[in-house]
Amino acid sequence: MKNLWSQLKSYPSAVAGLILISVLVGIAVYALAAIPYSEAVRLWRGGDNVWLETPRNARPAWLNFFYKEKQPVTTVVRSTDDPANKTVLDLGGGVAINDMVLEFEFNYDGFPTELAVFFESVYEAARPNVNMTWVTPDGREIPLSELSVRPSEAYRISQDTRLLRRLNGKQPEIALFEDPNNPGKPLKGTYKLVAEGLVFEEGSTVDASLVVYGKLHGLAGTDHRRRDITVALLWGAPVALAFGLVAAVGSSLTTMMLAAASVWFGGWVDWVIRRVNEIVMILPLLPILIMVGLFYSRSIWAILGVVIALGIFGSGILSYRSMFIQVKESGYIEAARAYGAGNGRIIFRYMIPKIIPVLIPGFVTQVPAYVFLEATLSVLGLGDPVLPTWGKLLNDAHSNGALFNGYFYWVLEPAALLILAGLGFAMLGFALDRIFNPRLRGL
Amino acid sequence: MLNLETTQAPNAQRNRASSSLNRILKYTLVRGVTLIITVVIGVYLTILIANGGGYVDEMRKGQIREQISMEMAADPEMAFLTLQQRKELEEERVRIRIEQVGLDRPFLVRSFEYLWNGLTLNLGSAQYLLSDSGSRQVRNILGERLAPTLLLMASGQLLLFFSGVSVALFLSRRYGSALDKFIIAMAPTSSAPAWFYGIFLILIFAAVLGWLPFGGMVDAPPPQTTLLRALSIGKHMILPVLALLISSIFSTSYSWRTFFLIYSSEDYVEMAKAKGLSDRAIERRYVLRPTLPTIVTSFALTLITLWVGAIVLETVFAWPGIGRLTQQAINLFDTPVIVANAVIYAYLLGVTVFLLDIIYSLVDPRVKLGGGGTRS
Repeated sequence: MKNLWSQLKSYPSAVAGLILISVLVGIAVYALAAIPYSEAVRLWRGGDNVWLETPRNARPAWLNFFYKEKQPVTTVVRSTDDPANKTVLDLGGGVAINDMVLEFEFNYDGFPTELAVFFESVYEAARPNVNMTWVTPDGREIPLSELSVRPSEAYRISQDTRLLRRLNGKQPEIALFEDPNNPGKPLKGTYKLVAEGLVFEEGSTVDASLVVYGKLHGLAGTDHRRRDITVALLWGAPVALAFGLVAAVGSSLTTMMLAAASVWFGGWVDWVIRRVNEIVMILPLLPILIMVGLFYSRSIWAILGVVIALGIFGSGILSYRSMFIQVKESGYIEAARAYGAGNGRIIFRYMIPKIIPVLIPGFVTQVPAYVFLEATLSVLGLGDPVLPTWGKLLNDAHSNGALFNGYFYWVLEPAALLILAGLGFAMLGFALDRIFNPRLRGL
Repeated sequence: MLNLETTQAPNAQRNRASSSLNRILKYTLVRGVTLIITVVIGVYLTILIANGGGYVDEMRKGQIREQISMEMAADPEMAFLTLQQRKELEEERVRIRIEQVGLDRPFLVRSFEYLWNGLTLNLGSAQYLLSDSGSRQVRNILGERLAPTLLLMASGQLLLFFSGVSVALFLSRRYGSALDKFIIAMAPTSSAPAWFYGIFLILIFAAVLGWLPFGGMVDAPPPQTTLLRALSIGKHMILPVLALLISSIFSTSYSWRTFFLIYSSEDYVEMAKAKGLSDRAIERRYVLRPTLPTIVTSFALTLITLWVGAIVLETVFAWPGIGRLTQQAINLFDTPVIVANAVIYAYLLGVTVFLLDIIYSLVDPRVKLGGGGTRS
C-alpha cells in the first residue's frame, strides 16, 4: 500500500486526479451536511413560495468583480427588520395608521430586473388598506398604487399596467431608477418606498417587505424558476459520486465473479456465459434504460440497478477471463483443491482476491462513464424526479435555450463540475493502469 | 489439394484465392446468422421490458378501439342508434376484435407475435408524433428520420476512423514527442460523451462567435437548388461531427498508437528495416497490415458507445434524426415510437458490428471458423 502511494506520487496526473476527487468528495460531504436530503428535495421542487425573493435567470454575483459597470444584486427591505421602519399612529376606535418607510441604498450601474412588495397582514373582517409612494434620492415622489391587502399579498410593481401607462410605457424597474439628467443610467443614492397602511380593527397589523430583484445572485446564479443553482451544484456531487462509484464497483465485481465462474467451471457454463456476453454487448443500452425510466421508475436508484444488471456482461468479462485462466493454473489453487476446498471457496477466497489489484484501474476509469450516463439520461428528460443533479441542470438549461439566450453560466457550471469529476477519475485510472500493468509503462 | 499445389503453381494460386473467398463468405455467413439471432434476442428483451408494464397491450387495445370507432363513425346506419346503444355496440365489437387478434391469449404466445411485429417494425401508428409528410405510421416516421442519422453518424465515424489511423501512425513515428505527450495527456477527456463537447462547441461557435448555426439540419427556409441545400446541410453538420470527433479522437489515437508501437517492435519489422525498405513501405506492409484487425476490433467497441451517445448528440444539435425522435417521443410518452426506436438501435448496432466483422475477415487472413488460434 505504501509502495503504491509512493508510485502514485511520481505520476502528476494521479496527484491531480486525487486532488480533484478529494475536492468533489469534500463538496459532497458539505452538501450532505449542509442541506439534508429532504431539504434538498423541498428546495428543488419548491413552488413560488420557496424562491420568492430570488431573481429569475440571474448570473453569479462574483461576476461583479470583473464588470466595470457593477450590476445590482437583490436587495430586500422588511418593515420588521428594524423598529424604526414602522411607526404606528393610533387614531382610536381600532383605526390606526401603520406608516412604513422602506429605505435602501442603490449604488449600481445597472437597473434591477423586477420590483415587488410582499404584504403580511392580520385582521378579522376588514382588510387593511395600503397606499404606496416611491421616493427617489433626488426627492421626486412617484405614487405607485393603493390596494387592500389579504393575509398574504404580493404587489408586483413591475407588472402594474396602470403604473406602466403613467410612466409613459417605460418599465417601472427602469423608470423608477432612471437618472432624469442622464437617461439610460440609474440614479445612485438612497431610495425609499413609503407604504402607508391603514388598519381598521383592534389588533390588526400590516407589514411589508420590498424586494428589488438584481441581475446577479449568489455563488452560482439562479434558473428560470428562480431556484438557486448552488443547491443543485452542491447536491449533484454526492449523487454523481454515488452513482458512478456504485455502478462501477457493482458491475466490475459482478463481472469478475461471472468471469471466475466461467473459467473455474468451464464447459457449458463457460459457453453460455460467453454467448450471453456477445448478445448483451450489442444490446442498445440507452434505449433500454429509456424504456425502464419511462415505463417503470425514474428513480435514480432503480436506473442504477438496471445499469449494474446490464453492466454484468460487459466487455470486461473477456479480459478478466484471460486473467483467471492464468490464475487457475497457479500452484496455490492446486493446493487448495488438494486440501478439499469447495468451488465457492476457491472462487471467492483464492481466485477473485488475486485479480482485485488488477481490477482497480479498470473500475476507476469506468466511473466517469457512469457519471456521464446519469447526465445523459437527465438531458433526455429522464433524470431523477426529485433530486437535483448536474444533468438535470443541463437539461433545464438546454430546454430553456440557455445558450441561445446567453445564460452561459447555467451551462458552464454543471458542465465544469461534470468534466472535473470525469477528469479526476480518468486521470487517476490512467496512472493506476500504468502502475498495475508495467507492460504499458514503456509506451 | 496438396497434390495440385505442388505440381501446378497457377492453379494453386487460383485455388487459394477461391478458398480465401470461401473462407470470408463462410465467416460472413456464420457471423451474420449469429448477429441476427443476437438482434432477435435483443428485440425480444425490448418487447418484454416494454410489456412488463403492459404497455404494448395497452397500445394494441388503444389502436383497436380507435379503428372501431372510426369504422362506426363512417357507417351511416349508426346514425339511427342512440348514444347508449352505440357505446354498447362499440364495446362489443372491441371485445370481439380483441379476441380475434388474440389479445386474450397467454402472454408467452403473444410475445412472439409482438417480436415479429417488432422485427418488421410493424408497430402501427404513433400516439402523438407525425412524420413530416403527415403520416402517423411509426414505420414512415422512422423512415424519414433514419437518413439524417445515417448521414451524420456515417460521416462522423468514417472521419474518426481515418483521422484516428493517420494521427496514430503519425504519433508512432514521433514516439515521445511533445505532440505524443499531449495526446496521451488528453486521452482521459474521452470519458465525456460527444453531446457534452457539443454544448461547448455550440457555446463557442454559435453563441459567442456566431459563425455556425445552433442546430438543425438545413437553413429555414431550405435553399431551392440541390447544391445550396447540400452546402447548407454541410454547414449544419460541422459542429455535431466535430463533437463526435473530439469525444473519441484522443483515446482512439492513443490506443491505436500503442498498437502500432507494439507491432513495430516485432522482429520482422527490424528485418524489413535491415533490408533497407523505405519507411513508408514498412509502415504499410509490416505495421499497418498486422495491426488492422486489432484496430477494427477496438473501433467496433468505440462505435457501440458512439451509437448510444447519438441520441443525445442529436437532441443537443436539434438534428432531425432518430435520436431526436427518441427524445421527442420520451417527452410525449409516445410508446410505439419509443419501442420502435429501441428496435432500430438494436438493428443499427447489429449492422455496424456485422460490417466491421466483414472488414475484419478481409483484413485478417488468420480468421478461421470454429477454431481459436488467432493471436489478437
